[in-house]
Amino acid sequence: MTETATSEPVGAQSERCTAAVRISGASVRLGGRIIFADVDLTVDSGQFVAILGPNGAGKSTLMRAILGLAPLAAGSVQVLGDTPAGARSRVGYLPQQRSLDRAAGVRGVDLVRLGLDGTRWGLPLPPLGKARRRSERNRIAEVIELVGASAYAGRAIGELSGGEQQRLLIAQALVRRPELLILDEPLDSLDLPNQAAVAALVRGVTSRERVAVLLVAHDVNPLLPHLDRVVYLAGGRALTGPVDEVITAPRLSALYGAPIEVLRTSDGRLVVVGLPEAPHHHGDRHEPQP
Amino acid sequence: MTPTVNPSLSLNLVADLRDLFQFPFMVHALEAATIVAVLASVVGWYVVLRRQAFAGHTLSVMAFPGAAGAALAGWPAALGYYVACAAAALAMAGTGPAVGRHKSVASAVIATVQITGLAAGFLFLSLNHQILVGLETLLFGTFLGVSSSQVLVLLAIAAGVLAVTALIARPLHFCTLDPEVARARGVPVRALDVCFLLILAFAVAATSQITGALLTFALLVAPPAAAQLITGRTLAGLVVSVAIALVVAWLGLAAAYFSIYPAGFYVTTFALAAYVLAWTARAARGRLAARRRTRLPSAGVLESG
Repeated sequence: MTETATSEPVGAQSERCTAAVRISGASVRLGGRIIFADVDLTVDSGQFVAILGPNGAGKSTLMRAILGLAPLAAGSVQVLGDTPAGARSRVGYLPQQRSLDRAAGVRGVDLVRLGLDGTRWGLPLPPLGKARRRSERNRIAEVIELVGASAYAGRAIGELSGGEQQRLLIAQALVRRPELLILDEPLDSLDLPNQAAVAALVRGVTSRERVAVLLVAHDVNPLLPHLDRVVYLAGGRALTGPVDEVITAPRLSALYGAPIEVLRTSDGRLVVVGLPEAPHHHGDRHEPQP
Repeated sequence: MTPTVNPSLSLNLVADLRDLFQFPFMVHALEAATIVAVLASVVGWYVVLRRQAFAGHTLSVMAFPGAAGAALAGWPAALGYYVACAAAALAMAGTGPAVGRHKSVASAVIATVQITGLAAGFLFLSLNHQILVGLETLLFGTFLGVSSSQVLVLLAIAAGVLAVTALIARPLHFCTLDPEVARARGVPVRALDVCFLLILAFAVAATSQITGALLTFALLVAPPAAAQLITGRTLAGLVVSVAIALVVAWLGLAAAYFSIYPAGFYVTTFALAAYVLAWTARAARGRLAARRRTRLPSAGVLESG
């Protein structure tokens, strides 16, 4: 069922060291409804991949399957050469629209710290962990510096803007040096300058720390300069490949089973027209920059 | 020195303190109040953070079916408290996550548990031919009627509950502030929900035996809520919460000793005063910060001009 636009030969991938994510023939059924079926996807280490598609196409569910939170009806998911549950400690996750009202009085730096020690049982014992605590403090300061949040990390979460909160949450997801970073609509509630800035930040940080990124996006615009590949989910099927191979009229038409046009404006932007869904979510697109 | 029947407050602090400690019932009351203050203010810190005050209130009301059921079955009242609170906690836990999306459903479930518990207490009372000794004690506590064996039981339960709380402290904190990410990282969010409700059940059962079912919140919610107004830091918040609860409990007992009004009234009043003070301090700090912010830009204009 799946149509792939992958240009790489299959053999080349399997010879490399373990891929960050390897999904084959995966189907997820929730409440009797098939969310998606027979999806194949490979994300190599260090790659920056976006998952696109209309509302309800199963983008978040695909992420949850990779995290081991959504059970598969068929197929398999391998994360960093392990099962999703087994790879948990090596994956950073930023969920969509989380409610931080309980954390409103908590300092940013403490929220970042939870990413490091929030899963540990018991209390830190002062005499045993002195060296470890110092190295943890250093790592927290380092990752906060990395996302450019040092100026306000000591303030309460509730006092910060959406963009500032998002930077601290990215720091929290990165603090354990994950090998794979999963971001569910990280740009959703941000204004346009912040969208571009956060997208560039994620790309910069992850290429410096050699992290593969899998990112769900509603609007691909701010991501286009950074993307290695895209996954386009629609109608329970997936299309994967480089941006300019996937977002084309014939391929999207075949995926949707309806005529789709991809127009190029005079200033080089791409506009996708004719989607069966509400028109707002595919705004004009920038030409991808290689 | 002969014990005075009607203690009066003198201006000599040493004499007053010696006066306070001359009766064993007063020593036991201070011991019990200290244990309960530490237990309630630590557990309460998570209750306030997790917005579970309603669940705490429901558990405190379980003192009624607990006491009535214990009287019917011929158990000690304390055992009835613990059993009723634990059963109510499990009933609340069985119906869905405490921290999460379905907040309105959760509060309806808690209300249902509360009303079922009260109805059961009424039934037990009727089956027992309307005999329930110490109704006033049940509602308003027995600060001054605690025995030394009760203090020991209280100490053992508080130590156990606090040890379990310390063991799960960080994952509990994680799944309280950030349940989605905690779940993705493999923290057993659901099990921690249940575990914390049981911790809360034991803390409430222990506290309400001393403060009474209706005044449990004086120590369980007011000191932690005041502490969270003062600081957002975890350790500092817990320390402030415990300190407020201890001061409130000790001052309340001392005030009751030297006056004709009950301890529960003083403890509750002082707890409210601590909260009001913390709120005022925070409001004042916020206004100062706002004034500093508005002053800064104009200072910049002056410098550049």
